[in-house]
Amino acid sequence: MNILVCISKVPDTTSKIAFTDNNTRFDSSNVQYIVNPSDEWYALVRALELKEQLGTGKVSIITVGLAEDDAIIRKALAIGADDAIRINALPADSFFVASQIAEYAKTQDYKLVLTGKETIDYNNAEVGGMVAELLGWEFITPANKLDVESDKVRVESELGGEILVLEAPMPVVISAAKGMADQRIPNMRGIMAARTKPITVVEPFNVAPLVAIQKFEMPPAKAGVKLVDPENMEELVRLLHDEAKVI
Amino acid sequence: MHTDKYQHHDYYLMDELLTDEHKLIRETVRSWVKKELSPIIEDYAQRAEFPKQLVNGLADIGAFGPYIPTDYGGQGLDQISYGIIMQELERGDSGIRSTASVQSSLVMYPIYTFGSEEQRQKYLPKLATGEWIGSFGLTEPSHGSDPGSMVTHIKDMGDYVLLNGAKMWISNAPFCNLAVVWAKDENGVIRGMVVERGMEGFSTPETHNKWSLRASATGELVFDNVKVPKENLFPDIRGLKGPLSCLNSARYGIAWGAIGAALDCYDTALRYAKERIQFNKPLASFQLQQKKLAEMITEITKAQLLTWRLGVLKNENRATPAQISMAKRNNVAMALHIAREARQILGAMGITGEYSIMRHSMNLESVVTYEGTHDIHLLITGMDITGISAFQ
Repeated sequence: MNILVCISKVPDTTSKIAFTDNNTRFDSSNVQYIVNPSDEWYALVRALELKEQLGTGKVSIITVGLAEDDAIIRKALAIGADDAIRINALPADSFFVASQIAEYAKTQDYKLVLTGKETIDYNNAEVGGMVAELLGWEFITPANKLDVESDKVRVESELGGEILVLEAPMPVVISAAKGMADQRIPNMRGIMAARTKPITVVEPFNVAPLVAIQKFEMPPAKAGVKLVDPENMEELVRLLHDEAKVI
Repeated sequence: MHTDKYQHHDYYLMDELLTDEHKLIRETVRSWVKKELSPIIEDYAQRAEFPKQLVNGLADIGAFGPYIPTDYGGQGLDQISYGIIMQELERGDSGIRSTASVQSSLVMYPIYTFGSEEQRQKYLPKLATGEWIGSFGLTEPSHGSDPGSMVTHIKDMGDYVLLNGAKMWISNAPFCNLAVVWAKDENGVIRGMVVERGMEGFSTPETHNKWSLRASATGELVFDNVKVPKENLFPDIRGLKGPLSCLNSARYGIAWGAIGAALDCYDTALRYAKERIQFNKPLASFQLQQKKLAEMITEITKAQLLTWRLGVLKNENRATPAQISMAKRNNVAMALHIAREARQILGAMGITGEYSIMRHSMNLESVVTYEGTHDIHLLITGMDITGISAFQ
């Protein structure tokens, strides 16, 4: 069974966020990029576990990005993916990315497409659902556990404090969340092997993005903590009512 | 359990001098240190016990013989990769880095460089996987900075040599499976050989009550009429240049490792100084604390550049022993000073096991002495620039 894992490049959480071109573009200078954690820790690792369990098939990774993204691709290959596809385009918006992945997947024989639940940059959580829709497949999110039983998947999904146990026929798109697998640290043999694993570069399919970013704004700075004397409950109530506006 | 909050510091954008693979190796070792080493190391150091369960992980991340060719089980990586691995390990603990340094530079390196093909095939693959752990016997109870005066000796007995003497301050000794040992023959010529655990008359008593490198096992190698088969002798290397070339490789790794310890102390002190409130404002807002922190990152940045350049020279096989001495001496002294300054920023908390600083500080007291003392390295620089030896 061949599995396609969608990975995305995101800024490391310690990066300093800044904007350029009159606040219309994210300033990527000096930003350290990593593989989106839920793509790497859950989707990719579970795909590798399934391949190991089944004893057959191939785990491919796909990303939409330019040549500089090869660094995160090599990491995913070092963790154990067999090969990689890079759609050679800037990821304009979720629809553009999903369309590229779906168009490519149509030409291949995947039974399972995995994404992370969401990326930690824009947190849109859109690509998985869009890929499923564009392929006409079922879609499950968030998936906290995933097992494959012959031609269907069994998923546990934690929603609203409950665990839903779901089954769906394959092919299927699943967005992986916490609990599905444990992070795998690549070993040195994996890093060495990744040197020679193939990265197929595919020119983008002709798709127009639906979203254009007009402007970035930083969230307002968090206000400091106000300490209220325990004897002064009236002041606490006034602050909650007039300033925080929560009562 | 200790949570490792470390964030890397790269003030001069040194990452642009590294390849993507270097950065991936660094990320890998750092992740491993955060996951496997940091949560347990303080406990093991407090109990003065080597965490043996880390050996397999150390092998997996390529810490054993990273620059040894893959044909012999190594990783075939370059010298900067080796340095990066040592930096990240010592960011966790100098004792664990020492175990990896000894295995790579003092055991695998001489077997690869001076060993026969049979010796390479026999030992290197098992050392690379950590199935066997090695130690290195050069220093003696009465001969530290002056190893040429060693008294451990061998006597030719035909099929074997008879080895007698004792080595001291040997990392990994108590549990090593084999030791690379240097001893004089009947003509006073230094020879190298592999002594295996189980050979009659070979024992490895542990050195107790250390206040430094407490998570690393240290001991003696004692040889009492040990019959070492002649096929265990390195065939061609003669004289001090054998062991000294091993030390060059190890010292190079230490130069990188010390930066790791310094970075960890700086990172801890910087975070603490920004969070700790005294006189209604963070410690980091006081000029005297800023002076300490600013000087720390300045010295770390200088050491990073010096050491990266040394790595480039080492890759080109152009790094001289004197250049390596300069980096080892500079970086370890830098790290030790930063550890002490960082400890002051943390005040009383700095002496507790809640933070890594005191452990680094105590560890570095060994690192500043082993593999050539701080003073000896200065005299090596002095000899190099004047042409006059001040110690021979």
